[in-house]
Amino acid sequence: MRAIITVTGKDAVGIIAQVSAACTEAKANIEDITQKVFDELFVMVMLVNIDGLSVKFTDFVDRMNELGKNNGLAIHTMHEEIFNAMHRI
Amino acid sequence: MITSSEILETLHMIENEHLDVRTVTMGISLFDCCDPDPKVACRKIVDKICAKAQNLVKTGEQIEKEFGIPIINKRISVTPMSMIAAASKTEDYTCFAKAMQEAADRCGVNFIGGFSALVHKGFTDSDLKLIQSLPQALTETSNVCSSVNVASTKAGINMDAVRMMGHTIKDLAYLTRDQGSIGCAKLVVFANVPEDNPFMAGAFHGVGEGECVINVGVSGPGVVKTALEKCDGDLSAVAETIKKTAFKITRMGQLVASEASRRLNVPFGIVDLSLAPTPAIGDSVAHILEEMGLEQCGAHGTTAALALLNDAVKKGGVMASSHVGGLSGAFIPVSEDAGMIRAAEQGTLTLDKLEAMTAVCSVGLDMIAVPGDTSADILSAIIADEIAIGVVNTKTTAVRIIPAYGKSVGDQVEFGGLLGTAPVMPVRNVSPAAFIARGGRIPAPMQSLKN
Repeated sequence: MRAIITVTGKDAVGIIAQVSAACTEAKANIEDITQKVFDELFVMVMLVNIDGLSVKFTDFVDRMNELGKNNGLAIHTMHEEIFNAMHRI
Repeated sequence: MITSSEILETLHMIENEHLDVRTVTMGISLFDCCDPDPKVACRKIVDKICAKAQNLVKTGEQIEKEFGIPIINKRISVTPMSMIAAASKTEDYTCFAKAMQEAADRCGVNFIGGFSALVHKGFTDSDLKLIQSLPQALTETSNVCSSVNVASTKAGINMDAVRMMGHTIKDLAYLTRDQGSIGCAKLVVFANVPEDNPFMAGAFHGVGEGECVINVGVSGPGVVKTALEKCDGDLSAVAETIKKTAFKITRMGQLVASEASRRLNVPFGIVDLSLAPTPAIGDSVAHILEEMGLEQCGAHGTTAALALLNDAVKKGGVMASSHVGGLSGAFIPVSEDAGMIRAAEQGTLTLDKLEAMTAVCSVGLDMIAVPGDTSADILSAIIADEIAIGVVNTKTTAVRIIPAYGKSVGDQVEFGGLLGTAPVMPVRNVSPAAFIARGGRIPAPMQSLKN
């Protein structure tokens, strides 16, 4: 199973490193990253495989939320299925 | 692979446009709870509901978190209580409403529906007892919802029931006068009631349903409005935009429904394709109609705009779900829609216009406050008019009206939460009393020679 992590907020040094570190810690395998900075707005969409997750998925969601809050970012972690359902027939 | 823009679109819908699943409702059959002793029946009812729905709220919250989609309400609907209580030797059915309340409290749901009776052709003794118990039952409970089906296209209109409901609503308004007559917000009078509706206050678990079922109601007026802001084409383009948006909203509802059904090990019933507004800014059906080009909801053209909206929502939603049911369409509850509250306060949206709108949308006169001194006969006549629209047009219509005790035109009634704020709207005070007093049945309408 895969999840999508989206990260938005004011650009700063080390955002990707922090999010990647959190993924590594929870054993979420990063499969794809799309990232851009518009003016000062940092936007990243990350596709991670969660089959080998070392924590419960809901705990992982909380952990990423917390990481976002502590760094002034909005981080959303959601099952990939919701996007497939909405955008693919 | 899903593109970044699609992902961000979904996130934007959830974060800024109030996209949510409005309700996951578990329908539970109570037929095996009948007992001659009402105390035993009530105990069986509480036990059965709790056994079936003990994980409903927890599972809903888990899905909400994992998929990132808010699920606003987790609710329960049960077999119409007049059928279950019929076997019990008691005159007062308040105890059954209290049993429903106890089960709702234990399961942690915010509403439980099914304190209901189906009397479209006639009353059983039990139906009469339930209707007589209604004012007390809804006053002594806080989360129990009730509905009475007084008509159907095949049976016609039970005008004795319509007359009775006028008095019931008056009594209920008086008994809950300290809370803005809120009891009336928990009672719906229906024509052609659907048996799988997940939305309150009209939800119950129909007799043709299975033992237990999961029904889901979607929402998203804000998403439709935002999509229309970017559409500057003609009305064909408007309809296309609504269809596409409704498709996306419903796919999400279908996913949540399938997931809830799988995790709870309860069959999936239907997705209700609805646009259900809330009083929050940016979550209004009226504002969609205004986005189409009306200066304000209630203007001439409102019925046509609503007809387009309602039809497009259904067309978009039907393909997105394996089974569709319930009320399916746009809701127009006045007190729960910021745009309608404003239009009603300014006098643009009147009771007459709302009645016309209900001929082309999914429900009926919903969450409308009228002066507290409105007579029971006038309430019955308002119900009769609305029900006639449903019966003749082979559709569901309903009335949820609040004669707000002690209030008059220009006042407001504050219900709070999803029920919102109702401006008291004027009614015509010319008497229909002699018509209502006749009682009897209005025969079922012709189904051919349609003009």
